[in-house]
Amino acid sequence: MEKVDVVIVGGGLSGLSCAYRLAEKDLQVIVVERGDFPGSKNVTGGRLYIKPIEGIVGDMLDGAPFERKVVRERWTLMGEKNSVTVDFTGENLKENRHSFTVLRSTFDRWLSERVMEKGVFVIPRYRVDGLLQEEGKVVGIKAGGEEIYANVVVASDGVLSFMAEKAGLKPRMTPKGYAIGIKEVIELSEDRINERFNVGKEEGVAHLFIGDVTKGRFGGGFLYTNRNTVSLGVVVGIKAMMEAKPPIELHTLLDTFKARYEIEGFIKGGRTVEYGAHIIPEMGYKGISKLYHDGLIITGDAAGFALNMGITVRGMEFAIASGIMAGETILKAHSTGDYSVNTLSQYGEMLKSSFVIKDLYNFREMGDFLDRDEVFSLYPRSIPDMIEKVVWFDEGPKERIGATLWKAAKGSGLMGLNTLKLLLGLKKV
Amino acid sequence: MKIEEKLALNAFKTDRESHIKINQEICRKACKTRYCLYVCPGHLYSYDEDRAEISVEFAGCLECGTCMIACREGAIEWSYPKGEFGVQYRYG
Repeated sequence: MEKVDVVIVGGGLSGLSCAYRLAEKDLQVIVVERGDFPGSKNVTGGRLYIKPIEGIVGDMLDGAPFERKVVRERWTLMGEKNSVTVDFTGENLKENRHSFTVLRSTFDRWLSERVMEKGVFVIPRYRVDGLLQEEGKVVGIKAGGEEIYANVVVASDGVLSFMAEKAGLKPRMTPKGYAIGIKEVIELSEDRINERFNVGKEEGVAHLFIGDVTKGRFGGGFLYTNRNTVSLGVVVGIKAMMEAKPPIELHTLLDTFKARYEIEGFIKGGRTVEYGAHIIPEMGYKGISKLYHDGLIITGDAAGFALNMGITVRGMEFAIASGIMAGETILKAHSTGDYSVNTLSQYGEMLKSSFVIKDLYNFREMGDFLDRDEVFSLYPRSIPDMIEKVVWFDEGPKERIGATLWKAAKGSGLMGLNTLKLLLGLKKV
Repeated sequence: MKIEEKLALNAFKTDRESHIKINQEICRKACKTRYCLYVCPGHLYSYDEDRAEISVEFAGCLECGTCMIACREGAIEWSYPKGEFGVQYRYG
């Protein structure tokens, strides 16, 4: 019977961050990863915000293979045949290390190598089948015919977390609580990206779209620039997709989005090199699972640490922070020899006093606020329409702009009771 | 670009045995909606009218789990492919 101090299930950002914290600390730590290498089963949009984790990562991310530093934030309201885009840039974004786009297969693999250099065993191609439990305590893992005993198991096994489910800490997943994201990685030269997106060397863009991208359903489109690829994708609520009538075939949404005039020019001449899909937790604070059990800690997406803030989507910095805090807690448990909830509960306390739970809590009403038709359908449709009426010059005299706006706002339902409710709801988010 | 062509861009290592098991009895008796046919991002599910059977091309699975979440009847028994198998993202 093999026994180690810590088994980390999953070599993603939270698992590897936990391992990094525990490395060189006189503990036997193994990370088991079901893919060919860490990162090979991961997908992100996506970007990582650095500021929230700067104070806790130490030297972990020194030399990290970031794709591009985001210096432009764009949002598009997409109507059926028109759109409006806001493009924000500023000196703060340009001069600070604020957020970076990443590709997980590169990024997580790099982090795993860093962790291995520090003496942690990372075992790839190893799928964990279940937990070993004795008298209600988690005491190890089962995989194939093997059993590995451990003082503590860290469930860093991602959004579907079969580990948390098996320990009874996570309820069955419901369509309302999750969205599905699909994306293409499209290869373009570095110079082309710089020119097309109006950014300098190693600088990039984060661009979100709502409206017709999802046919007015909960979700949206995204475009992130990487070094010499762009990540272009669509996210849709699973429930929203199930309720769509007539049914929408998910993969066709991305094709329609790609063919839009607004997108076409960005990706022209590019070559698609990969097609990926991944589930995203959408319940925010309300979707956080139980975080620990005797002999078990849950981190990252597995715990539900993801937040759709409307203007942006976050998850990876929560994963890193929770992994590090799990590591801190395990160090305490190791020093006292107590791996029960008495010690592991400190993980919960640490998270509560950090940005992870604070942000999730502060934005706890965001999910319900966003889950209304106006956000994904009425506004993305009627605001571009309104602007079109202003910019359009037809035969005959032009109506006064104020009168045009007034009529359009009234006629489209923009000034309806729902908008008033939305404005009142703004206070809560 | 067809969905099959997109999937063909990915690196897959295919097991002989499917990691997705469908309980046809539940599909026949309890399911009228067949969400699996259109929520799958790989468009891997199909329905055979004659045999009244749902089938899935598990070799192209992106391992997202959407089908399992959308199947409210619980007809889809889904696990990750065994270590060594399944999609291997090179970009992610």
